[in-house]
Amino acid sequence: MEHSDQPYKYAVHHSEEEGKKTRRMIWNMFWVLLVITTVEVGLGIMWKGWGIDFHYVKMTFIVMTIAKAYFIVAYYMHLKHERTALQNTIIIPYVMLVLYLMYMVFTEGTFTDYIEHLF
Amino acid sequence: MSHTEAVDSKEAWGGGTSPFNAGYGKLMMWFFLMSDALSFTGFLAAYGFYRHDYSAIWPSAENVFTHFPFVHGHQPLLYVALMTFILIMSSVTMVLAVEAGHRMDKKKVMLWMFWTIVGGLIFVGSQAWEWYHFIHGTELGAFELGIGTFTLPDGTIEQTQGIIGRWADESKQVLLLPWREVAGDITAPYMQLTGDALKDAMANGQAIHGANLTHNEYGHPLFADFFFFITGFHGTHVFSGVVLNFIIFVNVIMGTYQKRGHYEMVEKVGLYWHFVDLVWVFVFTFFYLI
Repeated sequence: MEHSDQPYKYAVHHSEEEGKKTRRMIWNMFWVLLVITTVEVGLGIMWKGWGIDFHYVKMTFIVMTIAKAYFIVAYYMHLKHERTALQNTIIIPYVMLVLYLMYMVFTEGTFTDYIEHLF
Repeated sequence: MSHTEAVDSKEAWGGGTSPFNAGYGKLMMWFFLMSDALSFTGFLAAYGFYRHDYSAIWPSAENVFTHFPFVHGHQPLLYVALMTFILIMSSVTMVLAVEAGHRMDKKKVMLWMFWTIVGGLIFVGSQAWEWYHFIHGTELGAFELGIGTFTLPDGTIEQTQGIIGRWADESKQVLLLPWREVAGDITAPYMQLTGDALKDAMANGQAIHGANLTHNEYGHPLFADFFFFITGFHGTHVFSGVVLNFIIFVNVIMGTYQKRGHYEMVEKVGLYWHFVDLVWVFVFTFFYLI
């Protein structure tokens, strides 16, 4: 829907050749996401048989989840190739408020007891 | 990806152009998704808070969601892994539709949008199936104790109200209470109630099957509350995503965007769809894995 008589100039177009590159990137990312998810599920089913502490498993899950989130946002949602101003506008307020929420969980929940038991 | 116009950063904020080099609708979609992400983060933070508050009686998801369609026995995590795979797959088809849109390839946009909608519908259906099993519960059920006390092996006295015990087997002669840490005996994984002690404990309690907002067969009722709320809120997003995708799909068929000269609308709805996938990545980890 155009509200000016100027032609719409922000839409993205690309050529057949660039499309090929993009599709290769999309499928590569698909394999990355699939492998991470498979490892997560495998770890979730089998970690008890390996005699490792759950805290390490938990941290592995969280790191893998954040990695997956990064790949989805950066490549599928294309944020990596947006202008820096747009990236900062989305990422900075989110991270700031999430750090605050994490602070609440870590200090106000009995999570503090849990952390004391780690050492 | 090539943008049609590069914005000079010195003049970007001078007016008359978009400093972000993105259309109004796309920008607003990003802002909406950022705020929506904060809502979901808030829910998951609340979940983590209570989970650690009640860690002794919090159910483990792998003991709750053990069903797989047409397969008998315990299949922990497999079904939710399949759901996750379906949602990731539909994210791939969505981004392929966006890519086809950039080449003005109407047929490919139609094809990939179609598969995205199919994936979304399968996911919503799977969620309904899982809800059904969670609400329905197991045949054996569990027993929620009423007001009373009992003595632990180390001599401390515990209140019983609201404690959910599981039956050892179908004869319902032995009730297992979740007190392995206090009892300190690793060989006996749960505190066992039998005979008269069991009769006393059962005096004003009730048998429960499945889960709802006030009772939960598998453990603390808050687990059920958070499960219904978080996966319900996510499921609502998936459902509205399917509806939006369908509307855009119809527009693509009618050639609306071909006439307009760009498929940015597919891109916008694509952002929303990827976000739904993104939220599921976190729900999967914090609800099912941890």
